[in-house]
Amino acid sequence: MSSATIISLPDQSTARIPKTNYLTKENGLLSWLLTQDHKRIGLLYLMSISVFFFIGGCLAGLIRLELLTPQSDLLATDTYNKVFTMHGVIMIFFFLVPSVPATLGNFFLPMMLGARDLALPKMNLASWYLYMAGGILALYAMITGGVDTGWTFTTPLSTHYVNTNVITTGLAIFIAGFSSIFTGLNFIVTIHKMRCPGMTWFRMPLFVWSNYAASVLMVLGTPVLATALILVVLERTVGIGVFDPTKGGDPLLFQHLFWFYSHPAVYIMILPGMGVISEVISTFSRKRVFGYTAVAFSSVAIAVFGFFVWAHHMFIMGISSYAVLVFSLLTMLVAVPSAIKIYNWAMTLYKGSITFETPMLYAFGFMGLFTIGGMTGVFLGTSGTDIHLTETYFIVAHFHFVMVGGMLMAFLSGLHFWWPKMTGRMYPEKISQMAAVVTFIGFNLTFFPQFILGTLGMPRRYASYPPEFQVLNVFSTAGASILGVGYLLPVLYLTWSLKYGKIAGDNPWQATGLEWQTQSPPLTENFSELPIMDHEAYDYDWLERQKAKEVASVG
Amino acid sequence: MSDSPAIAHGTLEAVHPEHSPHLHHQFESIKQQADAGNLAMWLFLLTEVMFFGGLFTVYMVYRNWYYPAFVAASHQLDWKLGAINSVLLITSSLTMALGVWSAQMRRQGALILCLVLTFVLGLVFLGIKGGEYKEKFEKHHFPGANYSLQSFVNPSSDPVAMAAGDKPLPLDTARKTEVYFDLYFAMTGMHALHMIIGMGILIFMIFRAKAGAYTTGHTAYVEYFGLYWHFVDIIWIFLFPLLYLINRH
Repeated sequence: MSSATIISLPDQSTARIPKTNYLTKENGLLSWLLTQDHKRIGLLYLMSISVFFFIGGCLAGLIRLELLTPQSDLLATDTYNKVFTMHGVIMIFFFLVPSVPATLGNFFLPMMLGARDLALPKMNLASWYLYMAGGILALYAMITGGVDTGWTFTTPLSTHYVNTNVITTGLAIFIAGFSSIFTGLNFIVTIHKMRCPGMTWFRMPLFVWSNYAASVLMVLGTPVLATALILVVLERTVGIGVFDPTKGGDPLLFQHLFWFYSHPAVYIMILPGMGVISEVISTFSRKRVFGYTAVAFSSVAIAVFGFFVWAHHMFIMGISSYAVLVFSLLTMLVAVPSAIKIYNWAMTLYKGSITFETPMLYAFGFMGLFTIGGMTGVFLGTSGTDIHLTETYFIVAHFHFVMVGGMLMAFLSGLHFWWPKMTGRMYPEKISQMAAVVTFIGFNLTFFPQFILGTLGMPRRYASYPPEFQVLNVFSTAGASILGVGYLLPVLYLTWSLKYGKIAGDNPWQATGLEWQTQSPPLTENFSELPIMDHEAYDYDWLERQKAKEVASVG
Repeated sequence: MSDSPAIAHGTLEAVHPEHSPHLHHQFESIKQQADAGNLAMWLFLLTEVMFFGGLFTVYMVYRNWYYPAFVAASHQLDWKLGAINSVLLITSSLTMALGVWSAQMRRQGALILCLVLTFVLGLVFLGIKGGEYKEKFEKHHFPGANYSLQSFVNPSSDPVAMAAGDKPLPLDTARKTEVYFDLYFAMTGMHALHMIIGMGILIFMIFRAKAGAYTTGHTAYVEYFGLYWHFVDIIWIFLFPLLYLINRH
């Protein structure tokens, strides 16, 4: 690592955490459980999704251990089905969907806009309670017998052929869906109505733009998932036959409804992460994001295109070949705005003053892994190759490159980036840089072999496989254990830093966002004086002028 | 997309000049608060549109596939009851709109009267709907294990089918009538659920109105509920022709 750094901390011998801040304003459990402060709700979410990530991660560990050997020996095949289903349900609905928006977004979106809170604080708190209710119901379903349909609840498997807790899990996701809708709705209203004076649309940080796009998807997509789940539940309880071929229903219709939400859902998951990367890349290369407007609109374009590609999940399920043609073309189109983002970040780095703090390392990880994940998505969107690759480990690898390699890297990047603002203390730099590298190595070792396994034809969702695939599976399981260490390290040192970390001061990264122009940790009302946005986003010259003014006024 | 809200700035003390009891801490002005609340309510209705949109899509697909079965099955519904219910709901929308107006004019008595009328009209609607459901259960037209095809393969056994002049359907076509009733119960059931939730809120609002909550200038909640109630009304306006009047035009 280069010794060059932009970290500027206050003198540690005299610096203090501000006595009055959102953490110290009130004490006691109730002050947290009944809080309407967006920052505290963000922390509640952070703790909850960490627990769910841990559970989902343990289930992933079980899957990888089972796949260490070709026979199904550690888990019975039924149990294996339940384990990978719950891994998917928990990771998608209870970790990835709320990950960045509900934690970092909740915490920083109002601050970036110069507002005191989100527009609807009570609804914000309600969304956390709904999330917890859904999450606990899902865990209850897991403990009392589990569900083995895969996270996609494919009909008629989910309606006719399994007798596990489909209804409970479906309702859990239904409830969690409301929490997601509430978050998205709250963000849209806040962005429209709560911007401080001078904060025009094109002065907003790109993190806000990408969360806006994701919120639109949440608000428009999630209700359709609710429709699909309600019909499945009615089919299992009352016995209606909307998806039952023996009664004239069509199971494919479920797929259409389900993927109408669940494809945009992957953009709900990835877009806020892209917002984090824009902030981090700009801050650690000391440059305005190249092509700000293009990056902002590419988020919107992803949100729009994202609604018209859902049938690429159904190429081999008997939809018409004309539909395949159209959806294949539209799928290629959605790659364009994603590529715009990657190119613009690369151009932001070009001739920037790059430093390699932890958030930046994670951001580099994101750029590389998301590019691979995105490119392999084009293979899958091409109908010819899709017929060979779909339902193999290629899909698994593609999805995990985008979601784990992309989104989780972005989440960790953002968590480290804003940790000093959230807690007032720095995380330890060296060990966290090491964790970022360990995560990257472990990730590649886990999931790259799965691309090869997929092209060789190993199907997904089986507990056993032909012995010739074992070597690559051993690589993958070995990588998963390294990845596990990579995820455990931040939990340890971030907790450590809460007490022993260096005092961060207001703006350790010399970043330009409004959230950095106030004390850390912030006041409950965020700003002691309501800010006025009098400069463009990512204007580092403005920051220099501010600093010069401060020095002048003291002297 | 509105412009940045034109709001005052300054120290925290200075931005709350009016200290209106209805102004929440996160907002700068009553206008900003009202704008935000309105936008939130419309967005919520948008999610509801998407939710029912999914159901309408399913309906559209099957109606195109199984048109003769849908026609025969729709003859089992009494369009007169549906029409009465439509009139009831539209009237309840009127009383609700008058309620909003009364709140804005700070007329407590008129507001309470309007809310009670809205509630009663909703209750009568649900009563008629319940009567229709009961008749369907008795004729085994409720989907599931006890579903009976009698009225469709042998219309002469069913006075309602006879009156509509239905021809006997081939068994295969007749079986598709169950899909119609799947959707009939799912869609009207979801609509009724929305009405029941709305009427629960109405009871709450009647008590709050008696305490004078909405007639002191803060009418936002009455307005938001009015939007919700009109939305539920509009869903029915689509359901009525789609379910009752398939070939009765």
